[in-house]
Amino acid sequence: MEYLNLFIKSIFIDNMVFAYFLGMCSFLAVSKTVKTSAGLGAAVIFVLLVTVPVNYLLENYILKKGALTWLGDSFANVDLSFLSFIMFIAVIAAIVQLVEMIVERFAPALYGQLGIFLPLIAVNCAIMGASLFMQQRGYQNIGEATVFALGSGIGWFLAIVSMAAIRERISYSNVPEPLRGVGIAFITCGLMAVAFMSFMGIKL
Amino acid sequence: MASNKELIKNPLNINNPVTVQVLGICSALAVTVKLEPAIVMAISVTFVTALANLIISLLRNTIPSRIRIIVQLIVVSLLVILVDQVLKAFMYQLDKQLSVYVGLIITNCIVMGRLEAFALGNKPLPALLDGIGNGAGYGLILVIVAFIRELFGTGYLFNIQIIPNCFYELGYQNCGFMLNPPMALILIGIIIWVQRSRNRELIEK
Repeated sequence: MEYLNLFIKSIFIDNMVFAYFLGMCSFLAVSKTVKTSAGLGAAVIFVLLVTVPVNYLLENYILKKGALTWLGDSFANVDLSFLSFIMFIAVIAAIVQLVEMIVERFAPALYGQLGIFLPLIAVNCAIMGASLFMQQRGYQNIGEATVFALGSGIGWFLAIVSMAAIRERISYSNVPEPLRGVGIAFITCGLMAVAFMSFMGIKL
Repeated sequence: MASNKELIKNPLNINNPVTVQVLGICSALAVTVKLEPAIVMAISVTFVTALANLIISLLRNTIPSRIRIIVQLIVVSLLVILVDQVLKAFMYQLDKQLSVYVGLIITNCIVMGRLEAFALGNKPLPALLDGIGNGAGYGLILVIVAFIRELFGTGYLFNIQIIPNCFYELGYQNCGFMLNPPMALILIGIIIWVQRSRNRELIEK
């Protein structure tokens, strides 16, 4: 039940895009057609599902204060948390590379679809942000971290696909000239965020 | 080749990283509820962009292009760790407010974007100036948005009351909606609108 709670919460209430603005850059750059944005969304879900649990293990068994106790009592006071940024980003970059190679080898069709988006994901703020939120909120066990990752990924997917659908329609309408392109995208995104705010009061 | 003066000036207006290149939006929106964290964030990003540009530009002939992304990430994350430790030591409260967004400077597209687009192909001095210019251009937008949001959302700036009490007595109310996330997006949309209607060559087809 708690897992379901966390899952719904991370999709709607703590939506990566509309509540924390993570991954906005690729969100605005890629959301021009529904098909490509669905590809990017799928890649984000995939990479989040792998990186967050790995970073969770890293955080709890190596970086956190007292996390190295399993090496012996003399390590109980070691605090490596200042290294977390560089470790997280290294893990993310390495895993993205690895995922790219695995997908290319075993699912060439999927690779063709995700293709150019996979390497870009290493610098997508949503991925790094999810790991940092995981660290900050201190999830109890690896199950919670995984559910959180899945929920955030699906939330991001929903956001980018619905945004792309709206932008496809906007391209047929008569927008004031200086607002065309990015300007109207920002305002649309703002209005969508207003809609997502209505989930805020929900307590599961 | 742009002159040194243009390298600083262009990112502030016609080549602004946020409104024209559309880079680094994530943190631009999230830290702009109040002016103080926005200014700290602007300074941090300028510092990181400038130094990362300088370092990568110095190393540009020795980095093999296949592993350049990871080299860039390492350089940037070292600089960000430095910023984070300084903030933790001297401004702990502010560091708590900025929460994960300090760490997210690493994946801030402005930093990576400038490294890829400029530092890899230019000499150290222009690269340094380009970094400062783009950091400042980003900071400018951040400060404008934060100023509007804090002033109209709370009536305070830097914890000093700006809107006088007699306004409230006449029935003026703070616009609480300014403090909510969507307003940041809409404000940036409006800034883009104003900027493009003044510089018509920026209008997209």
